[in-house]
Amino acid sequence: MYLADFLQLLVYGVISGSILALGAIGVSLIFGILRFAHFAHGDLMTVGAFCALAAVTGLGLPVIAAIPFAILGAVVVAVGIDQTIYRRLRRTAPVILLISSFGMAMALRAVIQIIWGTQDRVYQSGIQLPYRIGDIVLQPAHVWILAGTALLVAAVHLFLQKTSLGKAMRAMSDNMDLARVTGINAERVIIWTWVMGAGLAAVAGVFLAMDTRLHPTMGWHMMLPIFAAAILGGIGKPYGAILGGLIIGVAQELSTLWLSPAYKPAVAFAIMVFMLIVRPQGLLGGRR
Amino acid sequence: MTIPAGSLLALDNVYGGYGGVDILRGVTMTVQPGEIVVIIGPNGAGKSTSMKAAFGLVNVREGRVAFEGRDITNWRADRLVKLGMGFVPQEHNVFPSLTVQENLEMGAYLNPKGMRARMDKIFGIFPRLAERRRQAAGLMSGGERQMVAMGRALMAEPRMLLLDEPTAGLSPLFIEQTFERVVEINKLGIGILMVEQNAKQALAIAHRGYVLAMGENRFEDTGPNLLANREVAELFLGG
Ligand SMILES: Nc1ncnc2c1ncn2[C@@H]1O[C@H](COP(=O)(O)OP(=O)(O)O)[C@@H](O)[C@H]1O
Ligand SMILES: [Mg+2]
Repeated sequence: MYLADFLQLLVYGVISGSILALGAIGVSLIFGILRFAHFAHGDLMTVGAFCALAAVTGLGLPVIAAIPFAILGAVVVAVGIDQTIYRRLRRTAPVILLISSFGMAMALRAVIQIIWGTQDRVYQSGIQLPYRIGDIVLQPAHVWILAGTALLVAAVHLFLQKTSLGKAMRAMSDNMDLARVTGINAERVIIWTWVMGAGLAAVAGVFLAMDTRLHPTMGWHMMLPIFAAAILGGIGKPYGAILGGLIIGVAQELSTLWLSPAYKPAVAFAIMVFMLIVRPQGLLGGRR
Repeated sequence: MTIPAGSLLALDNVYGGYGGVDILRGVTMTVQPGEIVVIIGPNGAGKSTSMKAAFGLVNVREGRVAFEGRDITNWRADRLVKLGMGFVPQEHNVFPSLTVQENLEMGAYLNPKGMRARMDKIFGIFPRLAERRRQAAGLMSGGERQMVAMGRALMAEPRMLLLDEPTAGLSPLFIEQTFERVVEINKLGIGILMVEQNAKQALAIAHRGYVLAMGENRFEDTGPNLLANREVAELFLGG
């Protein structure tokens, strides 16, 4: 094994880890506040990716400029599902929300297939000239993904630490009843949590499609590593989700040094199970 | 029993509970403006449940809750905060992962204008909180957490404060200090309804008190009279 190969895989790991992190932040926030694993999160990524495709093909925009359309589409879908379906189930057992989100995942995928078909698509065909840094090769898309993720993670951090809505989200995830007693309008904060989670998922979906290609099952296939990332970092902890995403992404890429790439999901699964047994509260989890 | 006019808070013949059988079976109590009112009674009497019923956290099946003459029966908690009521629950009453300062900020969530000045006022009442403003509330001692919880409720500038066992689990020194703070808060013109296990000390600072047992009113009198009442002393004050 050469150092260059290792470094190249490390870079790929950070890139796919970035995409996982953006998805896992939302899963983690939603779990923190609503106490259920949102199985339709990957399909929100797919919705975002295809909404961007619509803007690229319909309006002739470059894909980066189409990102606001991706966010808008995923946010409308997520808030719509929450208000029409999940909201009615808030007072039931969390497992009922989990199962209904599983149903929503299938429904979203089916709608995307009906609209866009099942063949692979790309935003932009043709070859783009890669950048070279020493022996490491970077596609222009990869630079966008890394820079975009860094920007969004910084924005999420500032939002959670500095704004009163962000602090209210953290407060709700600590103790929902106390938040209500404190005067926080829980329903409004829940809606903003969906806006944020879905917005990040949409960007993750566009990044994933830039890195690979569009397909109606693209987001669904990310659910396992995203859950693994959220659990690894400590479910309900957005900062843990970022760390977890990067670790899972890097571990999956590095595993290809010894294993067939077909085993990548198994690597994520193994890490998830290992964490659940050894340290179920996650790397950054406190006492929970 | 009739509810006197001009009450700050009134529970009028309240029945309710957690879905199954009623825990409260005709609870009636009032707090007049400027009063400290203490609720005592054995474990499981329904003291916490009475407070939750007043704060919209337990369904009131029958009867009425009123704040400043307005019917607030089964109102949502965040609307009550807007109206001028504050509640410090018995347990889990701080946001553990938030800092002391952030806990206080959450108290002003509905009305952030002039938050700094209010926070300074609270740091005046609880100087310890000013020293530890950047510390996560979950890492503080029980006594300090109780200060954070009261400070958080006061940040909304309530006219009525409900305190559920503010001295539970505290050392004698902290118990003493907590009661002093309660008197100080009351002097700001805030009506207080407080559940207490340290009944003698609590009644000593109270204007009036209620003894609750099995979800019903048992006794009601001024603080000194309840302390002097032989039956209350034998049954509820440990002789
Ligand atoms: N969340 C709850 N769900 C169901 N029953 C409860 C709940 N909280 C308290 N109870 C029951 O209600 C009764 C009164 O409890 P509570 O009001 O907490 O008593 P206390 O006077 O000690 O504060 C007890 O029998 C208790 O078991
Ligand atoms: Mg109690």
